[in-house]
Order: sequence, then C-alpha cells, then structure tokens
Amino acid sequence: MSAPDTREVILEARELTREFDGVKALDAFSFKLHRGEVLGLLGANGAGKTTAMNCLLGLTLPTSGELNAFGMSLHEHRIDILRRSNFSSAYTALPGNLLVGQNLLVFAKIYGVPDPKKKIAELMDLLEISHLQKRVTGQLSAGESTRVNLVKAFLNDPELLMLDEPTASLDPDIADKVRKVVRKVQRERNIGILYTSHNMRDIEEVCDRVIFLHKGKIVCEGTPADIVSRSSGSTLEDVFIKIARDGEIVD
Amino acid sequence: MLNATPMNFNVISALVMRYLFLYQRTPMRLVELVFWPLVDLVIWGNVTVFIQDNSDEKFASFVLFFLGAMILWDVLFRAQQGVAISFLEDVWTRNLLNVFVAPVRTIEYLSATYVVGFLRILVTFVVMGLVSWLGYKFNVFQLNWWLLPFFVNLMIFGWSLGMISTALILRWGQAAESLAWAVPFFIQPFVAVFYPVANMPAWSQPFAWFFPATPIFEGMRQVMATGTTSWSLLGLSFGLNVVYLTLAGLLFGRVLNLTRKRGLLTKFATQ
Repeated sequence: MSAPDTREVILEARELTREFDGVKALDAFSFKLHRGEVLGLLGANGAGKTTAMNCLLGLTLPTSGELNAFGMSLHEHRIDILRRSNFSSAYTALPGNLLVGQNLLVFAKIYGVPDPKKKIAELMDLLEISHLQKRVTGQLSAGESTRVNLVKAFLNDPELLMLDEPTASLDPDIADKVRKVVRKVQRERNIGILYTSHNMRDIEEVCDRVIFLHKGKIVCEGTPADIVSRSSGSTLEDVFIKIARDGEIVD
Repeated sequence: MLNATPMNFNVISALVMRYLFLYQRTPMRLVELVFWPLVDLVIWGNVTVFIQDNSDEKFASFVLFFLGAMILWDVLFRAQQGVAISFLEDVWTRNLLNVFVAPVRTIEYLSATYVVGFLRILVTFVVMGLVSWLGYKFNVFQLNWWLLPFFVNLMIFGWSLGMISTALILRWGQAAESLAWAVPFFIQPFVAVFYPVANMPAWSQPFAWFFPATPIFEGMRQVMATGTTSWSLLGLSFGLNVVYLTLAGLLFGRVLNLTRKRGLLTKFATQ
C-alpha cells in the first residue's frame, strides 16, 4: 500500500452527483487533487468527464455533493477560486476577430496580471508563438490556437489548471510540444492540473495519477503504470477500451 | 450572482476594452451604429418637412415632435442593444465559456455592457443630433437641461430591456436571439413615443404608465411645446426605472442560475 499523499489538497470533490432528467451523469464522484500533481480524468464519451469538469468550473451546479478548492467552497467563493485557477479547452475559442495580442491583453487585465505585456511576451516565447502577436485569432491553425489558449491559461500563474483535451486535433509534433510545455510549467510552478484527454500517450506522458470514469462512477484510480499492471490489458489504451466496453479493467 | 462584493473596475475596463477592440477591428459595426439611425432620421425628417409644408403653422411646429421622439427612442434602443448585442458577441465568438470561467462577476459583466451601451448611444446621438440640426433645423438642445434626465432615464430603461432580452436568450438559446432586436419594439406601441398617451386607445392608456419611457416622451412633448415639464413625470420615470432595473437584474441572475442548474450554460456557449 502506498504512503498517503501529504501535499496540500487544492481541489476536492465529495460525493458529487449530477443528474439530467433522472439519469446520473456523475454518481457520488469523489477525488482529491494535490498541489503539484497532474490528475488525468479519463473515460469514454458520456462517461461524465465533461460534466465533472463543468461542475468544477462552476458552469453546471451539482445535484448534490460538495466541491472545495484551496479549502474554500466553490459555491461560496467562486470568484476567489477562479482568480487562482485557469482553464483551457479545445472546444472554446478566443474571439476570432481580435488580434492574438489584444485577446491576451484583455484576459491579462481580467486576471489582474501586473505588467501584462511582458507576461504575454514571455509566455508566447515559451510556447514558440511570439510571431502570432499581431495575427487575427480566427485565422490561426488548430495548433496555433491551442497554444494561444494555453498562454491565456498560464497568464495568471494559476495554482490550479483545468485542461480539457488540450491536444485534441493537433498533429503529433505540436501535441508533443504542448505536452512538454505543460509539464515544464507545471513542474516549475508546482501547479495542480486536472487533465482530460482521449489520447493515452498524453496521459502516460503528462499525468501522475489517473481516474477512469464509467457511467459517472469511478471504476479505477492510480498511476498509469499501476492501472495497466492491475488490468488484463497491456497498455493504457487497452484499459481504456476495456472500461469503455465492459465498465471493468479485468476480464 | 448579483452579490454585495465590491466590483472590480479593472475587470469592467478589460471587458470594455475588448468591445472597443472589436469595434476597432470591425468598422462595419460602427456603420450599423450610424446607418440605421440615419435611415430612420431621413425618413422621419422628410415626412416632417412634407407635413410642415402642407399644414398650418401651429400643426407644423407639432410635427417636430417626431424628430425629437426619433432621437430619444434611439437612446433607449441603443442602450438595450449595447447589453444584448455585447452578450451575443460572446456567444457568436464562442468566448462565453472563457468569460464565465474567468473571475468575472455577473454585475461586472453587465456593467461593462452598460458602458458599451452608453458609448454606442453617444456615437448615434451625436450623429443624429448633427444631421437633424443641419438637415431639418431641429436642434435637440432645444430640450435644454431637460435633455439630461430624459437621456439618463431612457438609457437606464434600455439597460433593463437589454438584461431582459439577454435573460430570454439565455433561457431559450440561440434560436431566440432575434429577441435582442425585437424586445424594444414589443413595448414601443405602449410608451407613447410618437403620440401622446391621451391619443392612445383607452384600454392601452393605463398600461402606458407602467413603462419608464412613457413619462419621458410625454415630458419631451411638453418641453418642446411649453419649454418646461413637470418634475413628477421625471420622478415617475426614475422610480419605475429603479423597479425595472432591480427586477431585470434579478431575472438575469435567476435565469443564469437556472441555466447552471440545468447544465445548459456549456451547451449554449459551445453550440
């Protein structure tokens, strides 16, 4: 049995349940995310990942259960928590008709970033997209757009970051760069990251620990290597497929 | 959502800056601010000139009311549009989620749309004021200092209508986005924009006094006819505005909460 994690818990869900028309999209979902940890949230389409993420962001209210971040209730201290957090998703966009630099400047000001122009320049340099400052956001490629979204997500030096499929629709080269940058920034700044992806390569490379969801319930939890060793599959992808089809990790 | 925590003015200025960037990047939006009001003004201006040329002097002075009403109606309409269209801009650009997961309070978001509404009114008002003065010899400043409370009350009522429109769009989804333009016209026949309340059908007259815009348009006609109006009309308008603004804010907050409860916000923001 592994030793309990003594790092600070920065995000915690307790018995989180979310029903839609009597169907439980999340069923008594509980987890803890520690400072400096990358936790992968995995599951097939409809498993409850997006619902969980939306509840954690305060976009959807849970039917029951509790959500706390930095020791505060998300329901009561949403703004205080959001100031210390950030989010990036492959499914949202920054306004397409603004220049990249303009979009980032707006969000830097919303987050109260001191010396926003310098911060934006540093992050764009880190993600190798400095040349995009004056480009129209709507004309960026998927890879460029993802990296711009990541700059937005790192702007306020978040302690908690939620990344929803950050490498979706990226080619392997760009996906690799994105993973490396996320890991680098996460380690340097000791950020806690909640990470969803359908790309098991992502998960193995980025996540310290993963949770598999099936029909809104946690099916298994552990390090990627530990889960593979406990399952009847030989790779994390096999485990994913097994859970998606049978809801279990062993035959 | 409309809680008592102090507002962060940096957040409001950042959101306003975003809308200004948007206007700077897409000047066609400025055309919309100027083009339609000018079309209205030219049509009503020409009708006014035609009627003036074909009526006695007393009646001719009355028809100038049309131009005053046109300009003041646009104050209300542009304020409403400032709120509703600013929200729709976020929907159209799929930016709504980014805003809702950023540390932006509902009141800060709404305040930014109020400021945008105010800036939109200023542009339209200056252009219409100039054209009506140069083209039709109608000086909007003949309303004197009364213009200021008229302007403020219509703007506040426009904000309330903007919040109501936005709440309805949030509730019914993008299929209902035409409400952003339609809502002001639902009430237009009842607020005595172009005719006095006394000339409205008897059954509709009591309804007219439930809207903060009615005392303003009545007051405008009084000022143009006599040079003054009663403070009670302004007081009525202001009092009704307080009620409307409060109710619209509560409605918006409640609908936003409802969309969160039903999990519709993300669907709406990413569709």
